[in-house]
Amino acid sequence: MSLDTSKVASTNGSTAATASKPSKVGGVATWADDRLGLATAMRKNLRKVFPDHWSFMLGEIALWSFVVLLLSGVFLTLWFNPSMGEIHYEGSYDQLRGIAMSEAMASTLNISFDVRGGLLMRQMHHWAAMLFIASMMVHLLRVAFTGAFRKPRELNWVIGCLLLLLGTLEGFTGYSLPDDLLSGTGVRAADGFLKATPVVGSYMSFFLFGGEFPGDAIIPRLYIIHVLLIPGLLLGLIAAHMLLLVYHKHTQWPGPGRTNDNVVGFPMLPVYAAKAGGFFFIVFGVTALMGGLMTINPVWKFGPYDPTKVTAGSQPDWYMGWPDGLLRIMPGWESVIFGYTISWNVMIPILIVPPLMLVILMLLPFLEGWITGDKRDHHLLQRPRNAPTRTAVMVSLMTFYGLAWAAGGNDIIAIRLDLSINQITYFMRVAVFLGPLIAFIVTRRWCISLQRLDNEKLLHGYETGIIMRSPDGGYAERHLPISDTAAYTLTARDRDQIHTVEGDTDSNGVVAPGSRIQALRAKLSDGMFRHNVQKPTAAEIEEAHHHAAHEHELEAGLDHPADGHQFDGHSDHTVEEAPLRGGH
Amino acid sequence: MRLLNRSAGRISRHRRGPLAGLVVLLLGLLMTGGLYTAFSPAQAESTSDEELIAEGRELFLVGCSFCHGQNGEGISTARDGYQIGPSLVGVGAAAVDFQVGTGRMPMANPGQQAPRKKPVYNEDEIAALAAYVASLAPGPAIPSESDYSIDGLSEEEREEAISRGGQIFLTNCTACHNFNGAGGAMPRGGYAPTLHGVEPKHIYQAMLTGPQTMPTFSNGNLSPEEKRDVIAYLGSLEETPEYGGFGLGGLGPVSEGLFGWVLGIGGLVGFAVWIAAHTTRSSKIKEGAEA
Repeated sequence: MSLDTSKVASTNGSTAATASKPSKVGGVATWADDRLGLATAMRKNLRKVFPDHWSFMLGEIALWSFVVLLLSGVFLTLWFNPSMGEIHYEGSYDQLRGIAMSEAMASTLNISFDVRGGLLMRQMHHWAAMLFIASMMVHLLRVAFTGAFRKPRELNWVIGCLLLLLGTLEGFTGYSLPDDLLSGTGVRAADGFLKATPVVGSYMSFFLFGGEFPGDAIIPRLYIIHVLLIPGLLLGLIAAHMLLLVYHKHTQWPGPGRTNDNVVGFPMLPVYAAKAGGFFFIVFGVTALMGGLMTINPVWKFGPYDPTKVTAGSQPDWYMGWPDGLLRIMPGWESVIFGYTISWNVMIPILIVPPLMLVILMLLPFLEGWITGDKRDHHLLQRPRNAPTRTAVMVSLMTFYGLAWAAGGNDIIAIRLDLSINQITYFMRVAVFLGPLIAFIVTRRWCISLQRLDNEKLLHGYETGIIMRSPDGGYAERHLPISDTAAYTLTARDRDQIHTVEGDTDSNGVVAPGSRIQALRAKLSDGMFRHNVQKPTAAEIEEAHHHAAHEHELEAGLDHPADGHQFDGHSDHTVEEAPLRGGH
Repeated sequence: MRLLNRSAGRISRHRRGPLAGLVVLLLGLLMTGGLYTAFSPAQAESTSDEELIAEGRELFLVGCSFCHGQNGEGISTARDGYQIGPSLVGVGAAAVDFQVGTGRMPMANPGQQAPRKKPVYNEDEIAALAAYVASLAPGPAIPSESDYSIDGLSEEEREEAISRGGQIFLTNCTACHNFNGAGGAMPRGGYAPTLHGVEPKHIYQAMLTGPQTMPTFSNGNLSPEEKRDVIAYLGSLEETPEYGGFGLGGLGPVSEGLFGWVLGIGGLVGFAVWIAAHTTRSSKIKEGAEA
């Protein structure tokens, strides 16, 4: 051990030590701090600790792609002209020269071909939009599968769902702006959806379009919704989402030293500032690469919108694909009531199911909280296997989404895989009902099996891969106990408690108020938890270890760390010091 | 000189011989034949229409009659309204040139639609088949190059033709063939094939004859100039570079979504894993410090 001499005075001088002159940067910081008081206010937040796990960075992709959207979007507004006034295109793109089109379309072509870097910015903006919504969904799945939406984070989950909805609407208004053939077809579809609303449909359509479709008001209106209204709401909700994140503190995986009352990780400054800041540049770089290398929405090939034209492969962007898929597989049901046509074929897949799905999504944490009756705060995450029913519900919803989504690309699937579009449609009509059911059952059983596996590990140890031959010729694999760390992590979960009804009637035979709903809750709770495998009790683990110790005694004569290579010269370590597969 | 005189005299001695006339006749024929072979135009070598039709009929009987009937009258199945092969009476030479020239006929196996493949017959055989089928009843003829080429136009006229053709294409063709000519799905396993790499002649013939599920764009519907403009637009699309980078199949938002998820989200999640795997407490430095 050496002495640290840096803090020992180097002289025996009689004058007091003076602080050295502050550096220039320090001087500026002090100047600013004296006037703004930032250091005091930020001190706590700068030291804010975030736990380290890759899945905690998925929401960050959404945040950073939103920043890319803001940057590239501002660039685009400098040249885009949201007007439906008709002009003849006279720009650089040969194939459309002299064609009549709206000023919106002409300015989009102008951005693409005559503004320096314009096409790159357009494509970056569009790719970033795809990534923005995709990363929100991936983030949502992570939150749901780990149970991070439990108390106290239910409201942040609702904000997240609203962000997803607003992001989708923002995307729709965005890709409708260029007024090319594809976007016009999309707006035409939206007009149809509005008109399918019973009673008020045509009024709503006339209100939105300022008259009959297409009119000349829709592009300016979508523009102001796209660049002001929804981005404002998005910004506000993102701020609220992140403030709540800071207020609640980040969730973490259970493990030694990580409890419900602390956060183990690295501080914001300097570690997370560097990681998150670096991730921004990565997201920006990936978006720039995609924008530079991969064509997205080649409006020049679609040409200007004209209601008489349509193109094969007219799909919305991916996030609107699943309602489109439901629309494609919906049978053409209509009924006429009092001379008014009710278009079930449009209402069900567009006006009923998607909003319903969104409501179900938002209610998930509340439903779960009501069934479990759990009012505690949860800052430790659950492994998906330890909430089999929740995991199964999410996979079931994902399956429904995925099948509906695939149905939205039925024509592309048909030509790329040499299938019949009719057969795909018939298949999907059944699959959207059966698929989620099968997914639910399979996922739940799978999770429960994994829970059993965890218990096996706790009670009987891990499989060493060493096959022991007993004197009477039988073979058995040796199990060794897992490490305390691993055992702690595996057991760091609560036992599920099935809610039971105390009794419907009191001693006088009067039915307790709300007992029917309590009975339903008990039933749901029973269905949710009955099949789950609970972690072993301390006594069970103790007994299992006793049993294992006894077995080891019996095997004492064979007890040396053999890796099977001790005699063939391939052994890479001496037998005496060899640990058996470390880390367990 | 003396030698020449002597040999001339020797030949001359036989000029009244019994075989002299025959020799002169043979020489004359040889010379005429030789000169004719050397200088005659190529067409003169090919057989006349009658012979071409006869040749086409031979080929037809071997390769096509099994489905289309021995006189091209078509063969119906026992099920009403269905047929093994349709009647070819009146489809014209253009239809034959398209179907056989793009390899669609003869079909390799029955199916929803005959796919484009390597042609089985060579050009002469296709011409013979076309001549035979055209002889059954009048129908559209094989277009000549001037019908579908814009080479004869001025620079300005060409540009106009291309942008006009683009609008005609978007109005009449993209609903099935897609904005990029990448093709699209039709009911029951049918499909509108891709237009990439299709010869202008065949596009013209397809519009003229409406093969398989494609509607016929007669000259009254799309004038020959309009057909030419569509072909010019498609040609210009193939010549134009992909301004936005890789075209992703030119299939529209579905392939864009696929690439966005696989490359975009896939890549970014990969980066997230990478960032999270690197902490400030690098084990390497620790080992170094201990050593």
